[in-house]
Amino acid sequence: MTSFYQTPEPAGFTGIKSWLITFDHKRIALLYLFSILFWFLLAVTLGGLIRLELMFPGKTVLSAQMYNSVFTLHGVIMIFLFIIPALPAIFGNFFLPIHIGADDVYFPRLNLLSWYLYMAGGIVAIVSLFSDGFPDTGWTFYVPFSISTHTNVSTAVFAAFILGFSSMLTGLNFITTIHKMRAKTMGWLQLPLFTWSLYATAWVQLLATPVITITLVLVVVERLFNVGLFDPARGGDPILYQHLFWIYSHPAVYIMILPGMGVISEIIPVSARKSIFGYKAIVASSLAIAIAGSLVWAHHMYTSGMSDTAVFVFSLLTFVVAIPSAIKVFSWVATLYKGAIEMTPPLLFSLCFIYLFSVGGLTGLVLGAAGANIHVHDTHFVVAHFHFTMFGGTGFAFFAALHYWWPKMFGKMYDFKKAYIAAILVTAGFMLHYVPMFVLGLQGMPRRYYDYLPQYAAGNFFAGFGALCMIAGIGLMVVNLLASLARERTAAADDPWGGVTLEWTIPSPPPLHNFDKDPEVMDYPYDFTKVTAVGSGAGTIKPETGK
Amino acid sequence: MTAQTDPTGKKLGMWLFLYTEIVLFGGLFVLYAVYFAGYTDDFIAGAKELDLFFGVVNTIVLLISSFCVAAGITAVQKAHNRIALAGLWGALACGAVFLVNKYIEWGHKFEHGIYPGSDRLADGPAGQNLFFGLYFVITGLHGLHIIIGMTLLAVSLVLVTRQKITAQNNAMLDNSGLYWHLVDLIWIFIFPLFYLVV
Repeated sequence: MTSFYQTPEPAGFTGIKSWLITFDHKRIALLYLFSILFWFLLAVTLGGLIRLELMFPGKTVLSAQMYNSVFTLHGVIMIFLFIIPALPAIFGNFFLPIHIGADDVYFPRLNLLSWYLYMAGGIVAIVSLFSDGFPDTGWTFYVPFSISTHTNVSTAVFAAFILGFSSMLTGLNFITTIHKMRAKTMGWLQLPLFTWSLYATAWVQLLATPVITITLVLVVVERLFNVGLFDPARGGDPILYQHLFWIYSHPAVYIMILPGMGVISEIIPVSARKSIFGYKAIVASSLAIAIAGSLVWAHHMYTSGMSDTAVFVFSLLTFVVAIPSAIKVFSWVATLYKGAIEMTPPLLFSLCFIYLFSVGGLTGLVLGAAGANIHVHDTHFVVAHFHFTMFGGTGFAFFAALHYWWPKMFGKMYDFKKAYIAAILVTAGFMLHYVPMFVLGLQGMPRRYYDYLPQYAAGNFFAGFGALCMIAGIGLMVVNLLASLARERTAAADDPWGGVTLEWTIPSPPPLHNFDKDPEVMDYPYDFTKVTAVGSGAGTIKPETGK
Repeated sequence: MTAQTDPTGKKLGMWLFLYTEIVLFGGLFVLYAVYFAGYTDDFIAGAKELDLFFGVVNTIVLLISSFCVAAGITAVQKAHNRIALAGLWGALACGAVFLVNKYIEWGHKFEHGIYPGSDRLADGPAGQNLFFGLYFVITGLHGLHIIIGMTLLAVSLVLVTRQKITAQNNAMLDNSGLYWHLVDLIWIFIFPLFYLVV
């Protein structure tokens, strides 16, 4: 059996070149994997620098101007080059077609184009670093500062513009693929939940991204032609910029988290050997999050100046989004209840996800409540909250997905012990890093400040220490995964976890056309009767090295 | 093992893309709506300065071009390639006329000191600055879309000439046509917002 790694190469395009012209969704997924990992590790380093700077009062490693650029760069890379594309572009590309029994996405060429756009966006972002210095505006590019600062906002904004296109085209591709490429016998309610979450995500990508596109275009237009559309001196309204910005950027956080929830919905039932609790409720909640999440953008703007009615309505809608999110959390926990749970690295990451995401979600309600928001607005409390959801949520789902699908993508199993240690290091470091920020925020320490009053010193020191733990954990995790590729003896089984969705019915790594014979679609995607009947249970999951 | 067999997906993808274009312009229409509500009188005064003649001609030109494209697509489906080519040439010509008109119209405005960031707009009423600011941004972005649409039609025209687009295989032409109709449709909204709000 030849895998997609041994695809015949066209003349003149051997080795890496054959990858650069590939239309195979699996190869494109791996191209994304390594480029996204690069950006992720870079942004982690930048984040570490920020924490190092703040670890002690006064100047330590960065100048103030440099600090502003570093937190902007950290935000821009993490948002546009890591979290938004990570799960859909890597794991969506690789597994969505396999989940629905197809041999590729509907538009394979567009898929490759999306990757090139992604790379172009990244390169433009780097170029802006070396021309006039990276923007010091924060990733939100708020006017009027983004229009008046002398740093190179135009180039950075243009990078985000290109990345927006990449994300939008991926969404378009996925929607078309799910509609048109499903196996003949696969109905909508036989789709795996990861695919369902990608479907909801793709709609948000498609519905919301054009708004950021036009907003960023307007920033560039203002910088080039000085129209004055957001300049109060000439009749414009800077608050309108914030509205336009958040009309995209709030739904964007659901672009980030929904696929993560999909990953967890795959791992939990497989690890518990038990059908997912509330399949339809989880599907419906994905769609509900996509819809309700598009209507809450102005909760970022309670202190910007809005009517009380608007604040009330957006606060209410924000609370409404919590319901479908909670449905998912309770469904995962209910799935684990009385399951035959087999602990694995992906499950450990998933459990951490559930805990961290719940904390992130609940503190989101503190911020969504109009009254409490005034106290913690733009403080470190906000920083802690969105890192709990975005990093503790999407980031951990990304780690879980890496560990869950790594053996399928590469045909190699990693070392479990190191994976566990890495997971514990990252989680412990995470708590030590972000919990002090909640306290600092409640005590009134603003976000994005270069320096702070003496009473915030202890919290910042602990946070910096946590950051070091976390970075060590991430480093160990990445090294452990990559080391598995070098070792011949750790070949992975076709179905190492006892999963039942279609990707586990084919060899690891998959053959070029995914399915050598027509896939057998089950009536229900989480039916574990066969797996448990074999009595696989404990023991089969261990990597073939081990004991 | 299911190869891509369902050609309707190409159209589905195009419709999804057209949706994103509508939202793209939607953001600008939101700005228009908010500022129109705030500066209604200035907007009306601004609209009076625009030349209705150019607006009407451009509207008619675009409507004719849409007809040409639609006729071209039907002709291709019936394998009447000469009519199809005539239709596409007609549409391209209309697009060119539109751009030339736009050039003349913008040129007049520039002569009168009306352009983004000009002293006249900066010193005048705030609402007029916004009106003309939006006018240049929206019609500029629309003009860019006309150019993209013409490029797509030109590529389709070459493919029809080379027999690559046929009665059986015409998704490229179909989608280019859809795009052109959308660009036309957006103009139908722009026209009254800027020329008829008097």
